[in-house]
Amino acid sequence: MKSFTYERAKTPRDAAAAVARTPGAKFLAGGTNLLDLMKLEIETPTHLVDVQDLKLDRIEPTRDGGLRIGAFVTNTHLAADERVRRDYGVLTRAIVAGASGQLRNKATTAGNLLQRTRCPYFYDPNMPCNKRKPGSGCGAFGGFNRNHSVIGGSSLCICAFPSDMAVAMRVLDATVETVRADGSARSIPIADFHRLPGSQLPVGEFALEPGELIVAVTLPKPIGGRHFYQKVRDRSSYAFALVSVAAVIQRDGTGRVAFGGVAPKPWRVEAAEAALPQGAAAVTAAAFAGAAPRPDNAFKLPLATRALASVIAQAKAEAA
Amino acid sequence: MSVNESGDFKLTRRAVLAAGGASAAVTVMPAEAEPVPAPKPATLPLSVTVNGKRRDLTLDTRTTLLDTLREHLGLTGTKKGCDHGQCGACTVIVNGTRINSCLSLAAQHHGDEVTTIEGLGTPDNLHPMQAAFIKHDGYQCGYCTPGQICSAVSVLREIKAGVPSHVQADITAAPTATNIEMRERMSGNICRCGAYSNIAEAMAEVAEARA
Repeated sequence: MKSFTYERAKTPRDAAAAVARTPGAKFLAGGTNLLDLMKLEIETPTHLVDVQDLKLDRIEPTRDGGLRIGAFVTNTHLAADERVRRDYGVLTRAIVAGASGQLRNKATTAGNLLQRTRCPYFYDPNMPCNKRKPGSGCGAFGGFNRNHSVIGGSSLCICAFPSDMAVAMRVLDATVETVRADGSARSIPIADFHRLPGSQLPVGEFALEPGELIVAVTLPKPIGGRHFYQKVRDRSSYAFALVSVAAVIQRDGTGRVAFGGVAPKPWRVEAAEAALPQGAAAVTAAAFAGAAPRPDNAFKLPLATRALASVIAQAKAEAA
Repeated sequence: MSVNESGDFKLTRRAVLAAGGASAAVTVMPAEAEPVPAPKPATLPLSVTVNGKRRDLTLDTRTTLLDTLREHLGLTGTKKGCDHGQCGACTVIVNGTRINSCLSLAAQHHGDEVTTIEGLGTPDNLHPMQAAFIKHDGYQCGYCTPGQICSAVSVLREIKAGVPSHVQADITAAPTATNIEMRERMSGNICRCGAYSNIAEAMAEVAEARA
């Protein structure tokens, strides 16, 4: 690990300013992903600004009936919150489907959104990776790509975004609240927060400016319906998704659906949701139109249809 | 600080390994290499309460909580397995909550209370979970055991506190300490000897005794 200096900021604005003015500085929240990457020297920050004293660890109701989740709220705390379990069940379900108990106790809401891909070529400094080293190429194209994206990738990068929590937040239309180095605030719809790789280097990842700090994630007022998070993975616990489905299905069969494990961001195509009453195949045909699977991950397309079919069947059984 | 707290100079396996590592490093250095002065690493003073005892330390900022416990405080009960949060051998309890100590900087824990396996019980006064692991053969080689026990103690607390899990049919209901619940909640602790079923039985006994 490279040497770095460390400070604990006192206010969000101070934290943002400290990172903006120090070249190579990064925010430190739970650290469960950042430290992992620092040990491999994939991340080499010169300075860490710890945000644990910023009092961003509360979940509060909003004026319009939603919830404002502080950036430093842990995954466990968020999943266990009674209001979340009752009104945003898809979010609790997604969080407890991810990582391990120890990691969820430490990992934060903002940190979860800012997770880096677990692509093995990103994680191996001896391999080409346009995300880690722009211009070095993509090892996954001709290599091991069973876990990679089937849609939303580009000729530069086909990584999959690993978060479960973010897929639920996408289906709930969450908003990411930030503070910038000059103290100004900004709201970023979750749909725009994660960027697709595109055709230009460097490979885009998050819609954040240097030093911009996430302070909260806001959920709009509850939308009712039945909440599901169906995750398919290589082992039944503590593994990243091959395919996951976050869905909120209403009694009349309409609803919302987003997919995880299939794209460089939580994958939701609102226009495809209109097909929900016609069944899973109709939805995925629209949601994955233009998909470019590789031979090793082509299984994800039928798997997404089957996972969604299972969710729809459960929703029908519960409604009956 | 030596692991050998008695103060004599008896060689431990650890000391031999550490010395071997140092001599290997010397032999691979090219003879003609110019000595490059290494930049002085940043350090930080901090205090952590470990097993009820306040410890004041000045550490390289890179030091993880795991290395602080093992290398600086001589508490080698907590184990280093993968050092990347994948195996759970390093699990300790911080402010009442279990975490992977390998994925946490010591600097993040200034002012925190840490409980390690050494703080749960002693050979003469075992924690009920330690006693149950012995009774049910909850280990073979024992390497993952300190992490398993710290995790198991915390899992029962988490169930009692109503923390939901992936295997609950109804996530709005209070969870109960069933076998499937404990298996799911212990998935962050890997045991390559495969003592899982006995670990779950040890946990069930402690959960029942406390119900």
